[in-house]
Amino acid sequence: MSIVKFLARRLVLSVFVLFGLSILIFTISRVLPGDPVRMALGSRAPEWAVENMRREMHLDEPLYKQYVFWLSGAVRGDLGTSLVTRRAVSEDIREFVPATLELALFAAVIMAVFGIILGAVAGRFRDTWIDNVIRVFSYIGVVTPSFVFAILFVLLFGYLLRIFPTIGRLSPWISRPPTVTGLMTIDSIISGNFVALGDALLHMILPALSLALGPLAQQARIARSTVSDNLGKDYILSAKGFGVPGRVVMFKYLLKPSLIPTVSIMGLDFAGIVANAFLVELIFNWPGFSRYGINAMLNKDLNAVSAVVIVLGMLFVIVNIIVDLVVAWLDPRIRLGAERGK
Amino acid sequence: MAHLFEGDRLGRRWEGFKKAWYKFSRNPVSVIGLVLVLAVSFLAIFAPYVSPHPTHARTYVNFVEASQPPSGSHLFGTDVFGRDVLSRIFFGFRYSLMMGSVVLALVVIPGVVLGLLAGYYRGTWIDTLIMRITDIFLAVPPLILALAVTSVLTPNIFNAMMAVSLMWWPWYTRLVYGLASSLRNEFFVQSAEVIGASRRHILFRELLPNCVSSIFTKMSLDMGWVILIGSALSFVGLGAQPPTPDLGTMVADGAKYLPDQWWISIFPAFAIMVTVLGFNLLGDGFRDLFALEEI
Amino acid sequence: MVDHVLRIRDLQVEFKVYEGRLKVLNGVNMDVGLGARVGLVGEAGCGKTTTMRCVLGILQSPPGKITGGTIRFRDRDVLKMSQANLQKIRGGGISMIFQDPVAALNPVFTVGDQLTSVIRYAATKRMDKKEIKRRAIKALADVQLPDPDRMFTSYPVQLSGGMRQRVCIAMALATEPELMIADEPTTALDVTIQAQVLRLLNELVEERATSVIFITHSLGVVKEMADWVYVMYAGSIVEGAKKEILFERPMHPYTLGLMGALPKLTGGGMAEGIPGRIPDYLNPPTGCRFNPRCTQAMEVCAGNRPEFREVDPDHRVACVLYGGEADEQ
Repeated sequence: MSIVKFLARRLVLSVFVLFGLSILIFTISRVLPGDPVRMALGSRAPEWAVENMRREMHLDEPLYKQYVFWLSGAVRGDLGTSLVTRRAVSEDIREFVPATLELALFAAVIMAVFGIILGAVAGRFRDTWIDNVIRVFSYIGVVTPSFVFAILFVLLFGYLLRIFPTIGRLSPWISRPPTVTGLMTIDSIISGNFVALGDALLHMILPALSLALGPLAQQARIARSTVSDNLGKDYILSAKGFGVPGRVVMFKYLLKPSLIPTVSIMGLDFAGIVANAFLVELIFNWPGFSRYGINAMLNKDLNAVSAVVIVLGMLFVIVNIIVDLVVAWLDPRIRLGAERGK
Repeated sequence: MAHLFEGDRLGRRWEGFKKAWYKFSRNPVSVIGLVLVLAVSFLAIFAPYVSPHPTHARTYVNFVEASQPPSGSHLFGTDVFGRDVLSRIFFGFRYSLMMGSVVLALVVIPGVVLGLLAGYYRGTWIDTLIMRITDIFLAVPPLILALAVTSVLTPNIFNAMMAVSLMWWPWYTRLVYGLASSLRNEFFVQSAEVIGASRRHILFRELLPNCVSSIFTKMSLDMGWVILIGSALSFVGLGAQPPTPDLGTMVADGAKYLPDQWWISIFPAFAIMVTVLGFNLLGDGFRDLFALEEI
Repeated sequence: MVDHVLRIRDLQVEFKVYEGRLKVLNGVNMDVGLGARVGLVGEAGCGKTTTMRCVLGILQSPPGKITGGTIRFRDRDVLKMSQANLQKIRGGGISMIFQDPVAALNPVFTVGDQLTSVIRYAATKRMDKKEIKRRAIKALADVQLPDPDRMFTSYPVQLSGGMRQRVCIAMALATEPELMIADEPTTALDVTIQAQVLRLLNELVEERATSVIFITHSLGVVKEMADWVYVMYAGSIVEGAKKEILFERPMHPYTLGLMGALPKLTGGGMAEGIPGRIPDYLNPPTGCRFNPRCTQAMEVCAGNRPEFREVDPDHRVACVLYGGEADEQ
């Protein structure tokens, strides 16, 4: 019962937040120095063409009216037309979002799995050589911007060693599996095309790693300190003292409470991955949403910019809700605290 | 507690510093962080005097010397315009540090004040108002907001700083809110209230000093993060513009010439890493230092 | 020769810290007979919990290190056992109730989950799930917890301190141990609850004829709960005797000090503390560790460690006042 209430409250709050966000980005993008229409049409376009477009985009109307137009379109799924691609923004979204989503999810999985494992191992063997090695790696991971990783990987694996491909999602000689979800890997599995699956995975490794290593290092640090703290806690000693075998203590009674802090920051880290995706998408020529967004921003493509911000905002909100649900499932103290009304 | 013994305050402060330094210096990693930060700061401040070719930091063209690999005369090589990479990195440190300092200067005071207010007035409309606004800003993926804002303004380093500041302040509010609202019910606050101390006194002379160590630690770590984000923005073209010798811009410019003229990109990239590493280690050192003190 | 469940002889433990080595245990001697109720009294920090952790083999091994002595349980040296063998003893052989019930229960698992785990792994024969659950609920009922079935599915956060401690007691007894160690089980509880829990413990222990080591810093509690009492100071046992004998005729100057420190409800007079402070374990005093504070200290006291020897029937002391050659340090 409380889960439903919790979800309902979060959803309502999220709607408000998205509203606020849309107003914010709308206002900012409209109140700008510089003329987006001019930029789109070029400085040599005739005045009447500029006027036409301006009227089409309602740019001559008061701000609140513009917002209403935009909003009414948005809830119907019409997010306007992109000044750059000259087609419906919603179409652009449908084309580019899955690419970024796939990359981000892949990176997130790498981050979560390896971050926790490395951190837990470091925490368990604290102050030994294993711990020190992992700590060094995590410092490096944390201070290196993802674009630096990307560049290094391109250098190392793309040119020097030539193991992994560095451009795009699929090699040109592989036929693309029919689009069901837009996620290359899933689509390949659905259509049974395992050659494409392998190729798609190969293409994803380097960009995903560039995105994942920073957050992975962060996760590892938190996991390390959590595991190390929890190892000394009375309830672990007590379990051991009662004769519960070491393996059970480690993988059940230690693991679950230790997961809580790491999972809690996964929402933020996932947002970081999605946000940093633009850097990586640029370098690896990945046809993704973030790269589209950056282009829109550099070209002052108003509709596209607003749409990108809203979509990313929604993604963030959804991920946060999921993370909060998972944490509440892991930690009964939160669930029960909510029930009692704190 | 501190104002009961007004006595030799300066003397006690000095003792406190000496003790803190002793503890801090015991951890080699923290000292490394301090050394790195000091080195970067030194290079940044004295760049015009220390760099071998200070004029290369701005517009300078010398195609004879262009694209030279690292050598005796140019330790980190030259870029496509013939500019000495090493000197540009020193000047680049200036922009990185400036970005970090400006953003923090803009962000810390309002963020902390809002947090103090919200925490002290916890449960009232002030709390709700402040924290809801904070939540909205926090709900947005951080980089997205920065990108969106920089995008609609002319891309330059100043606007980039504005944008990053806009999305950074809520973290301080949240941090201080958590601290202040739990401290709010401690005896020392309540006794100050009972005596009739003014709001300002309670906020700034009772609550704030207890938050300072956390704020300070966060600021050290944040310098690193802000520099990181700043370099990402510059890399993409939304921050400092060429010919400004910003580290992120340098990496971006040099990326085109990989892998042959690797030095144009790689050295600035390492410069970024070293700077961020320094602040990270320093911040961690502070965190350990203050944690020990609390026990 | 009385059969003993546990014999500790000259246990020595060091802790390695940044500043050096803390010589925490400096010769602990203790015997626990079958079905005996032994009280271990001492100030906070004197090493009681450390000793007990060695008995169970859960001493945190960096930084702690056992540097000498033996602990015999069922006539086998626990200190020389492998982890696998130790695990077999824990639960069914020896079990322990921790001091802070809030910390001793895993917050993210239900009471039932933790209880059944303990029963399952301590069992000497395989039991099916239903049997394990039945035993768990019975254990909860035995410690007089209301509504054991609901308790089974509750999380520790939903229980009060007193209830949590009862759960810990249930866990300790459900495995039917030969020896149960109760480490200050009531210190973290309200005074009113303390009495209840102590009474409960007494009943349970009597029913099952389990041997118990009862750790406390309170002489009052020891008087109620124990048949035998050992007094510990700064890492070694200074006196051990049958309860009545100890209270009637305490011998060691420290014990005398402790008794004098008890406020008297009748007869007036102020309670006297013991002057001085507990020693610095980095550089402890040589010889008898109590000698800096002892009103009857002699030159020889700072020389060698006094031997813990039987001075009267059922009464042992480590003090040169009562004769005997001092040990080589």
